[in-house]
Amino acid sequence: MSPTEKRNLILAFESSCDETSVAVIEDGHKILSNIVATQIKSHQRFGGVVPEVASRHHIEEVTLCIKDALAEAEVGYEDLDAVAVTYGPGLVGALLIGVTAAKTVAFAHNLPLIPVNHMAGHIYAARYVEPIEFPALALLVSGGHTELVYMPAENQFEIIGETRDDAAGEAYDKVGRVMGVNYPAGKTVDEWAHQGKDTFKFPRAMEKDDNFDFSFSGLKSAFINTTHHADQIGETLSKQDLSASFQQAVVDVLAEKTKHALADYPVHQLILAGGVAANKGLRERLERDLQSNPTTHLVKAPLKLCGDNAAMIGAFAYVAYQHGVFADATLNADPSLEFDWAADSVK
Amino acid sequence: MKILAIDTSNRPLSVAVLDDATVLAAITVTVHQKHAEYLLPEIERLLAMAELKPTDLDRVVVAAGPGSYTGIRIAVTTAKTLAATLNIDLVAVSSLATLAANVPVEGALVAPIFDARNQNAFAGLYRIKNGVPTAVIADAHTGIADFLAAVNKYGEPVWFLGDAANFSDLIATTISAATPAISPWLNLPQVATIGLLGQKLTPVSDVDRFVPNYLRLTQAEAEWRAKNPEEDTESYVEKI
Ligand SMILES: [Zn+2]
Repeated sequence: MSPTEKRNLILAFESSCDETSVAVIEDGHKILSNIVATQIKSHQRFGGVVPEVASRHHIEEVTLCIKDALAEAEVGYEDLDAVAVTYGPGLVGALLIGVTAAKTVAFAHNLPLIPVNHMAGHIYAARYVEPIEFPALALLVSGGHTELVYMPAENQFEIIGETRDDAAGEAYDKVGRVMGVNYPAGKTVDEWAHQGKDTFKFPRAMEKDDNFDFSFSGLKSAFINTTHHADQIGETLSKQDLSASFQQAVVDVLAEKTKHALADYPVHQLILAGGVAANKGLRERLERDLQSNPTTHLVKAPLKLCGDNAAMIGAFAYVAYQHGVFADATLNADPSLEFDWAADSVK
Repeated sequence: MKILAIDTSNRPLSVAVLDDATVLAAITVTVHQKHAEYLLPEIERLLAMAELKPTDLDRVVVAAGPGSYTGIRIAVTTAKTLAATLNIDLVAVSSLATLAANVPVEGALVAPIFDARNQNAFAGLYRIKNGVPTAVIADAHTGIADFLAAVNKYGEPVWFLGDAANFSDLIATTISAATPAISPWLNLPQVATIGLLGQKLTPVSDVDRFVPNYLRLTQAEAEWRAKNPEEDTESYVEKI
């Protein structure tokens, strides 16, 4: 059998926040297993992710996830071609567990180690829908990040816009808390939004500005002021209408900026990825917007792969493997890792 | 039996490779605290010098805490992943006992101390019995004054190790019996000693569930437990 006929198998690790995940991925696009141990219930006790607690949970889970991933994929270490791991961005103590475990497995079984940027992983969740065609543009929306990433060619990522303050997911959690919803609030706010109407007309920040950056702090303040004022005069506001108004403002800002970006960067695909990409309102809006765009079509990361998981890390790791991107045993976590800015962008 | 021993509990990084009672290679480094970057390369280097492959190992011995949270996490994650992925034994030793094992004086009382700031410490009291440090006062996160008062009740000379120099005034005023002067070398983990001890110790029964011995809850959990004394603490992570 020639080497090209052999399937490529990558054992991928993800531990950047509150999910411990290990996956076995075949040829970068087939999920043989994708084990995810989530700590959400633990952090709900505190109303948000506590980094030290997250790190401790990752240690409890990591070797169990490896075993389950291999067992479910029905492969052994001898079948693997490489080990891949998220090394940033994320919580340093959380990242360190995945990085340390992945390095150790690679060392123990003499396998190459592939360092993966978590955001590249999120984008490559879309690879499970269809192959990525370049140039492509990705709208990445999660609890920690909101950015527009231009991909001129495979393995090239350039930021052309990002949030100047809160990430969209962060804003969801904050307004959720004001309405008494525990972290993570995105799903509940999304559901309420679909039951209500945009009656409050919150501000849309920087929609018209001549760049692709986002801002959600003004929206968040307007939301909080509105609810505080209602509290003071003893008025009860509809959570559905509040949610609908908030979500409409978020979606408008994201969609408008993306439309501007697509005008400057004509691409084959617009990829929607990241935890907030599971948001129904956002998915529906971009679908509608892109119907009238003859050249670009929308690729939405599968709902099940929008949150953090190792399958998406393995999908990009396959690309890195083809490009010969490997790390040695000194690989460290890089909590503030990010793509470079596009050279011609106005930061 | 081929053994790898690891300690990155505090600033020093200590790694050793042994073949039964023979120490094949050992290092202790104190010039940096970049354990995440350097632990695995040092293991690679030592095994290569000993002409061993990872798959030749029979057992990993780890100093599993107390110590710096990051430090003990890196050592334990490396050790448990090696043990799990190679299907070999994992043996855990207290990071304080690892220091106590530096004292080769039969019957001696040894008090290893890690400074935990604000007059607190991770500390324990050990007696060397048949060459093995045996706990007399269990490892704890404790006020240094309380610990020294408890140690003083033994009325015997005590070997103070680790960060004891940070508390030398308090030791001098609290401990009435003589405290032997020691070489600074003894304040550093020489992990080959626990590699030797670890051959006789019982391996961890469930490698996957093994975690560092932090000896302290996180602040968030301590506060939460104080408010929710009845809640079960086991089932907070779920496979989805
Ligand atoms: Zn993420």
